[in-house]
Amino acid sequence: MNIVVCIKQVPGTTDVKISEKTNTLIREGVESIINPFDMYAIEEALKIKEKMSGKVIILCMGPPPAKEAIKEAIAMGADEGILLSDRAFAGSDTWATAYTLSMGIRKIGAYDLILCGKQAIDGDTAQVGPGVAEALGLPFVAYVRKIEEIREGYIRCDRMMEEGYEVIAMPLPALITVVKEINEPRLPSLKGMLRAKKAEVATWTAKDLSAEPANLGLTGSPTQVMKIFSPPQRPGGEMILGEIDEQVEKLVNRIRELKIV
Amino acid sequence: MNYFLTDEQKMIIELAHQVAVEKIAPVTEKYDESGEFPWDIVKILSDSDLFGLYIPEAYGGMGGGVLELVIAVEELSRVCGGISLSLAASALGTFPILLFGTDEQKKKYLPPLAKGTKLAAFGLTEANAGSDAGGIETTAKKDGDYFILNGTKQWITNGGEAETYTVIAMTDKKKGARGATAFILEKGMPGFSFGKKENKMGIRASATRELVFSDCKVPKDQILGKEGKGFIVAMKTLDQSRPGVAAQALGIAQGAFDRSIEYARQRVQFGLPIISFQAVNHMIADMAIQIEAARALVYECSRLIDSGAKDISKLSAMSKVFASDVAMKVTVDAVQVFGGYGYMKEYPVEKMMRDAKITQIYEGTNQIQRNVIAQELIKEQASKK
Ligand SMILES: Cc1cc2nc3c(=O)[nH]c(=O)nc-3n(C[C@H](O)[C@H](O)[C@H](O)COP(=O)(O)OP(=O)(O)OC[C@H]3O[C@@H](n4cnc5c(N)ncnc54)[C@H](O)[C@@H]3O)c2cc1C
Repeated sequence: MNIVVCIKQVPGTTDVKISEKTNTLIREGVESIINPFDMYAIEEALKIKEKMSGKVIILCMGPPPAKEAIKEAIAMGADEGILLSDRAFAGSDTWATAYTLSMGIRKIGAYDLILCGKQAIDGDTAQVGPGVAEALGLPFVAYVRKIEEIREGYIRCDRMMEEGYEVIAMPLPALITVVKEINEPRLPSLKGMLRAKKAEVATWTAKDLSAEPANLGLTGSPTQVMKIFSPPQRPGGEMILGEIDEQVEKLVNRIRELKIV
Repeated sequence: MNYFLTDEQKMIIELAHQVAVEKIAPVTEKYDESGEFPWDIVKILSDSDLFGLYIPEAYGGMGGGVLELVIAVEELSRVCGGISLSLAASALGTFPILLFGTDEQKKKYLPPLAKGTKLAAFGLTEANAGSDAGGIETTAKKDGDYFILNGTKQWITNGGEAETYTVIAMTDKKKGARGATAFILEKGMPGFSFGKKENKMGIRASATRELVFSDCKVPKDQILGKEGKGFIVAMKTLDQSRPGVAAQALGIAQGAFDRSIEYARQRVQFGLPIISFQAVNHMIADMAIQIEAARALVYECSRLIDSGAKDISKLSAMSKVFASDVAMKVTVDAVQVFGGYGYMKEYPVEKMMRDAKITQIYEGTNQIQRNVIAQELIKEQASKK
């Protein structure tokens, strides 16, 4: 079973600062990490490989330093990695990103399953995984919290819902995106780290992908950013302390004061 | 300080650090309280390839030496000196096989120990034979192609949890020190069972247990080294493994230092962070001086051993004495820096102080180490004439 895992390198914090001048993320001084949700995708892929053999291939679109993220995945046990990197990819929205990744996957060719994290912690859109599936014409299930069964040409998984879950079966090849409930990602091993250090990570450009230039990067992105701004800080809540009766009284008074009812 | 570590050694430290911080730190308190054996962490250390650092690749290890073991044990001990011992004590039980095993014995026993799917232990001490190891009373009587073991080993680290045991027993009492023999024993051999598990001051996540032999019948090819060479096996093993104890001590000291400086900067009294008081910052400076000196000695000693040097007893003893005395001093001072908070279980340093004490006692007390060092010095001096 050959598995492609799409990963993204993101700033290693959720407390990102936004430049007042340019209204974009300040990335300087912020360590880059593998998008935490993608770690679950990597772990799940490694687990499937341990059970069924085959290969785990990491696919990442990003600037050259994103190779580090791929190497980290190799240190955990992934077999190989490919970086999609080209100036032409810059400014991609979720649609262009999904298109580019799908072209990478087409070039990889032999795959049974594609795994993605449910969303990236920097953009938080959760669109790229399903977008890749659409671009490849594959069935997909998002928000998978458990793979119940997987075998040649078949997968059955639990999709997490607000309340409860749905069991969905589909033929392979297919794509799933996973949530954090699915597993606990492993740490790297020393043998893996040594292998990662030596590993050659291939870089594929727009040309290598035979991608349609009009579909790439800023040009290929239908999303138009009208304005970027930091939302105003939400004021902290108000704690009402005291005995139950006191609390109730204070609360009722506050509600009256604020004319909520 | 720059210890000129290789990229690979830096990688070991990075990995051990990650395991310690992400996986061990959240459970140290739990295991310190319960005294249970941390099998979940052992599994993680095994998956990370940290058990076989010093074992040749031919036997499934990573092909490093004592220095590789030492830097890993140090890094793990920074967070928990008890949990790290599962790995260090397995090395103590593995070294005799590595140093004296036949190729056949190595092929049989080393791969699972290198992977960490099995643990090892080393059994020398008995109720009436601690510092005076020559006084051991466990006997191994020859019976055709077998030896029959009878006796009890006491305070054996990893006892009951390990699968592979190196045990020293008397094959010929009359010959005194030349009458001891080392055996490789396996958990489950008939006549081999486990006695009392100890309730300890510190390193509570480590199992310390009796090994009980009652007519335990062992085939003669389980002899390690030669018949009659048991004490040589034991002494050479301990020479090799003492830097491991030193590293455990060093890690505990570093951990106590890390916490102390952090705390001293944030605790305010008389309107100032306590680190601004010279009485406090000199304590912290002294910690740093001692730790750095200990590290230099421990790494240098490990490098000497890895170079294949023969005369390692003196430096090995020095590294263990110095680092363990440093660990004790530093952890006592760490509690002092924390004041009353340091005395409370809610804060981490009282555990470090309890954990540090054992490093001055086992694998030869520091008094015994000083005896060894003095003897070596006298020998050196005498040979100069
Ligand atoms: C937690 C723990 C784990 C252990 N793990 C193992 C293990 O895995 N395998 C193993 O074989 N053993 C193990 N031991 C045993 C340990 O190595 C011994 O406890 C140690 O060697 C000291 O022996 P003793 O406790 O009998 O002390 P004793 O020998 O009774 O010493 C008591 C005191 O007298 C001093 N003393 C004794 N003789 C002399 C002398 N000639 N000169 C100066 N001072 C002297 C000692 O320094 C000490 O201060 C462990 C012990 C503990 C507590």
